[in-house]
Amino acid sequence: MLDPILLWSGLINGLLQGSIYALVALGLTLIYGVLHIINFAHGSLLMLAMYGVFLLFTNFGIDPYAALPILVIGMFALGYGLQRVLIGRASHGRDENILLVTLGISIVIENLALFFFQGDTRTIDVPYAFDSIEIAGVFVAIPRLIAFGAALLIAALLWLMIQRSDVGRAIRAVAKEKQGARLVGINVDHIYAVSYGIGIACLGAAACLLMPTYLVYPTVGHAFVLIAFTVVVLGGMGSFPGALLGGLLIGLCESFGGLFLGESFGQIGIFLVFIAVLLFRPSGLLGSRV
Amino acid sequence: MLEISALRAGYGALEVLRGIDLSISKEEIVAVLGSNGAGKTTLNVNISGLYPVFGGSIVFDGVEISKLTPEQIVAAGIIHVPEGRRVFPNLTVRENLELGAYRRARERRAQNLEHVVAVFPRLAERFDQKAGTLSGGEQQMLAIGRGLMAEPRLLILDEPSLGLSPLLVEEMFELIRRLHEDGLSVLLVEQNVVQSLEIADRAYVLENGTIAMQGAASALMEDEGLRRSYLGLA
Repeated sequence: MLDPILLWSGLINGLLQGSIYALVALGLTLIYGVLHIINFAHGSLLMLAMYGVFLLFTNFGIDPYAALPILVIGMFALGYGLQRVLIGRASHGRDENILLVTLGISIVIENLALFFFQGDTRTIDVPYAFDSIEIAGVFVAIPRLIAFGAALLIAALLWLMIQRSDVGRAIRAVAKEKQGARLVGINVDHIYAVSYGIGIACLGAAACLLMPTYLVYPTVGHAFVLIAFTVVVLGGMGSFPGALLGGLLIGLCESFGGLFLGESFGQIGIFLVFIAVLLFRPSGLLGSRV
Repeated sequence: MLEISALRAGYGALEVLRGIDLSISKEEIVAVLGSNGAGKTTLNVNISGLYPVFGGSIVFDGVEISKLTPEQIVAAGIIHVPEGRRVFPNLTVRENLELGAYRRARERRAQNLEHVVAVFPRLAERFDQKAGTLSGGEQQMLAIGRGLMAEPRLLILDEPSLGLSPLLVEEMFELIRRLHEDGLSVLLVEQNVVQSLEIADRAYVLENGTIAMQGAASALMEDEGLRRSYLGLA
């Protein structure tokens, strides 16, 4: 029988890790929900944002948390521009083209990263990286706790914006009824780019929250994006609360999987749950039934 | 207020409208009639800028609008209530109406919302319901209500009676007549010939992408050819 303290620590670790997965998946699910495309560039754009945090810290001494507004705005602008001038134009409205364009973007970004940074892993050295507090017998790294709180806060703000603001209403309108949206004077291309930009801005935030305790290398995005895809499908494609719930669940799966099956097998738990969901509830936990 | 001349339009290589001349004066209600495939909807989507015109000109209040984007045309005050309603099914009735004022009349949104609810009391009962759960008639009201939220200067109604029960069709035409009495200019595109002619000032009959007949509604009502081909009357 396992020590209860191990289970408790597994629970905490799972939730903390899951919140980051949720944040990465939120952007992916937003982009899927509005543009109806799978953004294959998601992982490499996360990697790009992480290098951004790294460079701001090493060159200008900007703390990763202080860099958050810079990264969020910068990544939003990058996402908006990518969609407006590249993805939207190159796709000619065909989904398979969009897939290829986003895949192409990811290949270019990854190879640029390899060229400039080589394959080495890099970390930033912040003084608080190992600060921790004890929660009922388990030591938790404070940066990870901050990441957890910030991820939930960002998810809540994003949800509020989508539900309550004019641009949020326009985003939801475009997601389901493009023609109707044009006829009330919504610029659909602009809303597409805004949605893509917001999805990418989530990655900027995730990068800032990750870097104090994580490392960056040119293919770091792969680890996240595969899980983020799983989260999106698990929670229900295009569902916001689904992405949040799915992210936390996947974090727990990974953590408990690691606990019971051993560290290197932890991810098996994720895919077992994933297969089970696909078998029994293919529209995802909170997805609308097809 | 709207002056269309020699308009040619279509989709890809297919030319649907082959030289249309049409005009609407202020506070006039003009019907465009014709059977399926005559080009009625093509005319509408080209006026509202959803598709690029092939040639000819569309002038609204002295401004050439055939090259403008749909947003610019909405901003100018031409509001198109499309065939098939095109309401936002995942948004509530209130949100649908609010989005009607996305590009135009936004500062008077609250007051226009009250006005629209007064015109369509049934929408008020459904205010927080998703538009996708409404009946066809209610969705049509919502689509028109959403159009009114933008304070249209010219309202284009594409087949507003399509798919409605005879009773609702009656109600719909009564409503259009009332809106017109309040001073709204309307371009009414319909298959429903008799009822359209009853409320319209003038009408055009589209056939195979050209205008086959035009004139005062009352005169067209008496026309032998029209009666034969559209009303099945000898």
